[in-house]
Amino acid sequence: MEGLDLSVLTILIFFPAAACVGLFFMRGTQIIRAFTFAVFALELIFALPLLRFRINTPQFQFVERLTWVKGWGLEYYLGIDGIGILMVGLTLVIFPLCVLCSWSSITTRVKEFHFCLLLLCSACVGLFSALDLLLFYLFWEATLIPAYLIIAVWGGSGRQYASLKFIIYTLAGSALLLVGIIGFRIEGGSFSIPELMGRDFPFGFQIWTFLVMALAFAVKVPMFPFHTWLPDAYAEAPTAGSVVLAAVLAKMGAYGFLRLSLPLAPLASQTLAPMMIVLSIASILYGGMVALGQSNIKKIIAYSSVAHMGFVTLGIFLFSMRGSQGALLQMVSHGITTGALFMLAGALYERSRSYELRHNSGLGKYLPAFMGFWGFMAFAGFAFPGTNNFVGEFLILLGAFEKNIWVGALVVPGAVLAAAYMLRPTQKMAWGEPSNAKGWKDLNVREWAYLLPLAFLVLYIGFAPTLFFKVMNPTLNNLSVKSKGKPLITRLATNPGVTIGDSKLNIQERKKP
Amino acid sequence: MEFRPDLIIPELYQLLLIGVLFIQSIADKPWMPRVRQWLPWCAGVGILISVGSLDLNGLIFVGSYRVDPLSQFFKFAVSFGFAVAVLNATRQPTLEKEKHCEYFMFMALSVWGLMILSSCVELISIYLALELASFSLFPLVPLRSGEKRAAEAAVKYIFFGVAATAIGLFGFSFILASQHTTYLIDLMQKPWAWSEVPMAVAGLTLFLCGMLFKLALFPFHFWAPDVYEGASNETSAYISTMPKLGAVVVLIRLSMLLKPGLEITTILALFAAISITYGNLAALVQTDIKRLLGYSTIAHAGYVMVGLTAGTTEGVAAAAFYAFIYVIMNFACFWVVCRLATDGRNLKLDDLNGLYKRAPGLALVLAVGAIALVGLPPTAGFMGKLFLLTAAWNHGYNWLVVVAAANIAISIYYYLNLVRHAYTKDAAESTPTAVPYPFFRLLWGGFLAALLILFGIFPNLVFKALPPT
Repeated sequence: MEGLDLSVLTILIFFPAAACVGLFFMRGTQIIRAFTFAVFALELIFALPLLRFRINTPQFQFVERLTWVKGWGLEYYLGIDGIGILMVGLTLVIFPLCVLCSWSSITTRVKEFHFCLLLLCSACVGLFSALDLLLFYLFWEATLIPAYLIIAVWGGSGRQYASLKFIIYTLAGSALLLVGIIGFRIEGGSFSIPELMGRDFPFGFQIWTFLVMALAFAVKVPMFPFHTWLPDAYAEAPTAGSVVLAAVLAKMGAYGFLRLSLPLAPLASQTLAPMMIVLSIASILYGGMVALGQSNIKKIIAYSSVAHMGFVTLGIFLFSMRGSQGALLQMVSHGITTGALFMLAGALYERSRSYELRHNSGLGKYLPAFMGFWGFMAFAGFAFPGTNNFVGEFLILLGAFEKNIWVGALVVPGAVLAAAYMLRPTQKMAWGEPSNAKGWKDLNVREWAYLLPLAFLVLYIGFAPTLFFKVMNPTLNNLSVKSKGKPLITRLATNPGVTIGDSKLNIQERKKP
Repeated sequence: MEFRPDLIIPELYQLLLIGVLFIQSIADKPWMPRVRQWLPWCAGVGILISVGSLDLNGLIFVGSYRVDPLSQFFKFAVSFGFAVAVLNATRQPTLEKEKHCEYFMFMALSVWGLMILSSCVELISIYLALELASFSLFPLVPLRSGEKRAAEAAVKYIFFGVAATAIGLFGFSFILASQHTTYLIDLMQKPWAWSEVPMAVAGLTLFLCGMLFKLALFPFHFWAPDVYEGASNETSAYISTMPKLGAVVVLIRLSMLLKPGLEITTILALFAAISITYGNLAALVQTDIKRLLGYSTIAHAGYVMVGLTAGTTEGVAAAAFYAFIYVIMNFACFWVVCRLATDGRNLKLDDLNGLYKRAPGLALVLAVGAIALVGLPPTAGFMGKLFLLTAAWNHGYNWLVVVAAANIAISIYYYLNLVRHAYTKDAAESTPTAVPYPFFRLLWGGFLAALLILFGIFPNLVFKALPPT
């Protein structure tokens, strides 16, 4: 069985890319769609060996390491830990659903569309399992062109502008990341992330590498004030494009913070944490307020995404166990909830040919199942207790209040705003007068099929997040110990976050000194 | 030091080709096969010969001609480029039938000059080889039937070229006067600081002008976009790629003199930074594809210089790698342009509209070429940039690395424009629905694109051939 270990991640990365070749020989749009779906389903089956992931160790697992380019120190180095496996899992769940949700909405150039989806999946899995800085960068950039094409070819009326803005922003953000990576190679002597994690880099070096990395990741997340590409890109992209952008690509940024910024530049992360916290809170409040004022459903979801990802970055830079647990869980939750919301918006568009609220009002009577799902996901979107987002946001809020009562106090309006901006469209869509929905058909089997798994995950994480904490805890613990700042260690000792004892969740009381 | 003809087999073979072309050009008999029928095959044999001579080593012609891994790698790159250029140019629509022989003879002569250039380690022979490579290029530019701009471009090219070489020669006299030798190996031992030998530094700077002109580095770049626009598509493809190889190899030889920290190296680094930024910014607003690629050439000249300013063996290897890759990626883009312009006119960006439908294969080649020129993975363009930047980091010019990296973000706009027009815009009603091209033509373009991806994933294939780092 050990032999199998060696190739799981490689198969997961290269199987979709290799399957692209098969598309060249396909004729008929239905066959192409079915083929792509089968590839993603097979990919899920190939991922089964990942279930042997050992949850009580922070070490990288399923490691593969080969020399790639001698003399320049390039390695093909893969492995996943508690953070990576969650992200890989999220990617693998979202992509097959993307095929389903674009089944009837993508009617032109079907082959190229699925070609792009397959390539994108490869790049995403690769990114989340890369342990070599350069490999990370390579997959990071490799997502750009397929994502660009998905927006630019199959997007809405403003797709040209939106796609160009998207790619220029992202590339401008990550161009200097390359310099940072080269800096690590020269300063640390290696591209390997685990090896660099043990090094003690000079403070000045940490500061500039942190800033360079933060720029790349902040654009991708995106954080205020680097978010301006997002509403355009999310709103103009086709449904599957929005889903992938929000559910997977946005996570690349947050994942970058966890995987690179914190372990490689721990001192700088601590020093610059206040800045990141301020930006995160700005994202939460700004995203929420702008979302409240939108009349386009996709833009509402897009801006709500800015706010949610603000919670994630806030959690990461609180430097407490609860904060990072919340952030990581929120990453997964946001992928599921926002993905589902975008899919629902796409399903609605197929009926009304519009994303405007006023063209989509009064659906409750005619599309009960659709409204049921929408309402459910909207509740999850503003972190109603019992849904997945609640667990994450609650932990982050808890962490924020521990850090500083004012930080917590500033975040609370964000949570309230979320309820407002999610309930407003929900109300209009369900009961708005006059109703546009006369004669529309309710959800069909295919739409049920891609919404149900997500709805299940929403409830599962909402009620029983234990498994997720079990997976992430050792890694996050290790990460915090690796961050060399002293305050963190004492904080960890007093605030153990969510621990799992006898399969019960305990959020432990803060011990008064 | 005896003369060993076995060391210069690639050069002799090329000379043989030139001879045959010459004979055919003065006496074209009906029984002779047409040039386009035999030359591509012979150029292909040339690649094999240069691959076979990759391992040669030696010093001939009284120490002025060095055959080493570096020179042999460049000879291989040059003969590879020659084969592609010949294939690209055989069915040129704007070249009269009776001028075919002359056209290819001059091209072969220029290639011969580049081959010799890559082995020269002495200033006079460098100068002569450079002249051979340049002068045989001058007649190629105006060979475009029914185009006034071609003549204008040729005049510009000649005047700029001649002025640059004259300045180079002038600088050469300074070097000789103050350092008393023309052998690079001896020049290496001499000081090159402004405070010690101002005359030699001034001389070397002037001498470099000749090289920088070939490379189209700022501030010697003015000719590039105009000449590309005026010359025929196929000629531009050649001019924008091959002479760069010659310039890079000479600069690599000279880079032994250019230690980081010297004034002259700083000047070169400055030129490189301006060249990258200026080329990219100017390319942003171009609508003529050849002008766009012309400005991109200027930017890429700057990228190559990044590796050379490092002054290390790694930097040299990175520059050599990049120059080779640049030839492939530029040829890939020009290949598409030449195939699309069936009547030999200059293409605008709008002419690419709807290419994915009219010629999906060509659209894919163009996309790979453009993405490689940006420097995105998984293409060889990315690896090339990575090696350049890695080699240059912490060798005194970190700001240059930052400028070079930041420019990747600027350049994406105009390279992506090529992809955008080809893939996301639909063609106007009037454009013909399908581009006629023979299968083999597509195959060669696909071969170039495949090479770009192959070398992007396995850069070792090229590095093995490079001098050990």
